[in-house]
Amino acid sequence: MLSGPRTAPDRAKLPFCHESFHNLQELRHSASLANKVFIQRDYAEGTICKFQTKFPSELESRIERTLFEDTVKTLNNYYAEAEKIGGQSYLEGCLACTTAYLIFLCMETRYEKVLKKISRYIQEQNEKIYAPRGLLITDPIERGMRVIEISIYEDRGSSGSSSGSSSTSSTSGR
Amino acid sequence: MKNCEYQQIDPRALTSPTATPTSTLPLANKNVQRQRRKWEVFPGRNRFFCDGRIIVARQSGVLPLTLGLILITSGLFFIFDCPFLVANLTVFIPVIAGVLFVFVVFSLLHTSFTDPGILPRALPEEAADIEKQIDNSGSSSYRPPPRTKEILINDQVVKLKYCFTCKMFRPPRTSHCSLCDNCVERFDHHCPWVGNCVGKRNYRFFYTFIVSLSFLTSFIFGCVITHLTLRAQGGNGILSAVQQSPASIVELVVCFFSIWSILGLSGFHTYLVASNLTTNEDIKGSWSSKRGAEDYKNPYSYNNIFTNCCVVLCGPMPPSLIDRRGFLPADEIPPVITTEQELPPFMAKNDTNMEDTCQDFALSCTG
Repeated sequence: MLSGPRTAPDRAKLPFCHESFHNLQELRHSASLANKVFIQRDYAEGTICKFQTKFPSELESRIERTLFEDTVKTLNNYYAEAEKIGGQSYLEGCLACTTAYLIFLCMETRYEKVLKKISRYIQEQNEKIYAPRGLLITDPIERGMRVIEISIYEDRGSSGSSSGSSSTSSTSGR
Repeated sequence: MKNCEYQQIDPRALTSPTATPTSTLPLANKNVQRQRRKWEVFPGRNRFFCDGRIIVARQSGVLPLTLGLILITSGLFFIFDCPFLVANLTVFIPVIAGVLFVFVVFSLLHTSFTDPGILPRALPEEAADIEKQIDNSGSSSYRPPPRTKEILINDQVVKLKYCFTCKMFRPPRTSHCSLCDNCVERFDHHCPWVGNCVGKRNYRFFYTFIVSLSFLTSFIFGCVITHLTLRAQGGNGILSAVQQSPASIVELVVCFFSIWSILGLSGFHTYLVASNLTTNEDIKGSWSSKRGAEDYKNPYSYNNIFTNCCVVLCGPMPPSLIDRRGFLPADEIPPVITTEQELPPFMAKNDTNMEDTCQDFALSCTG
């Protein structure tokens, strides 16, 4: 029976090393996923997109508090920029309205531009800061803007119990 | 076809008591099948057209009726009334009606075919994380905590409810549409006339639609009456005027019956826009002062009619969160989607497991 989606028999051959994951794909394939941390939204100021900056305890041994907080704050600033209400957004909205919203079919809104910036920023942060520590951030847009998902990867050799459960299903190769 | 066989056989062979979520994807898929887009495995009750570019609710049977009424009435007006009015009054009548008509049709189509702001369902890991939080927050083990979460928004307590279908706490102003089976952000209502939910992303189109439609209906109504009056004044009386232009009566009847509801609806929504409310909140009376304290007011309002209007109608256009044209990742297909995409029987099983735990919760709650 053909089965097993994320099988990587060669995963075990690559030992986890904290400094060697400059390539994100490499990290995904050579280490096993141990845990995921979810940073929830902060609704204190309404429904604008903002994430909590509280440092999750699961990351304590992995990353410095300030680095993490910097990332979340930068993301929050980007979202605030995207959702900022002011002259430019009103102009964009009125322009769209007077063209019966046909302009949305061909124009890139400011929100979309900022979202592209955000995904570039996350990619860059992953490469520079998170991947070397065995962490990966998922772009919130892929999770419905509800959470920042941080995956914690572990070396298969040393982790033992936690990675064992996730690898039992990998029975055969591609 | 071969794929289908795999999909049928695989889950049963793999149903183990532990049921590890990663073990369900038939591998053959990847090589044989073309890449699938996300709309093809979308869990809500929606229909998609043009390879996912267009999204409507499953039951959108009233939309053709709406569109038909608008097209027929306007068509009759342009064909039977406009020539007379242009000859006797001014050429601007068909021009104004034409502009309004274009506005109405495009905003209607925009409302119907735009994603209203659907929130994608939580993936298993996120759902598990929320379960863990719920479990942790309870003080005693024998009585599970209620599935609500209280948060402060602009110094006001707002209760977030847990959505058992989407496996998450619904963000503020979000509500689950039972007809489409989706959580929709800033849910206003499900409108059968436009065949879609009205929510965060298409409310402005909807508002433009009803406002321009009320203008168009009033305009046509006025013009038809003028037309008949002018003909009647020609000397032959109202009866012969009607005989000369029977289509005008049809328009008059349609306009007369629709104008009241449309004007009322526009007025109601203008009030909602000015106070930054949704129909849902207004009906439930979420922020009315009757409930509890006096200072129980809408925490999302900017306390300024003008700002509220601008924010609701001209604010930044939020992106669609369901990425329906995106490709399913080949190596990291989320298990929930996998099961739903290929293995309906298995999914049902999985779901009942989940429901069982929920029922357990409910039972112990009542017991």
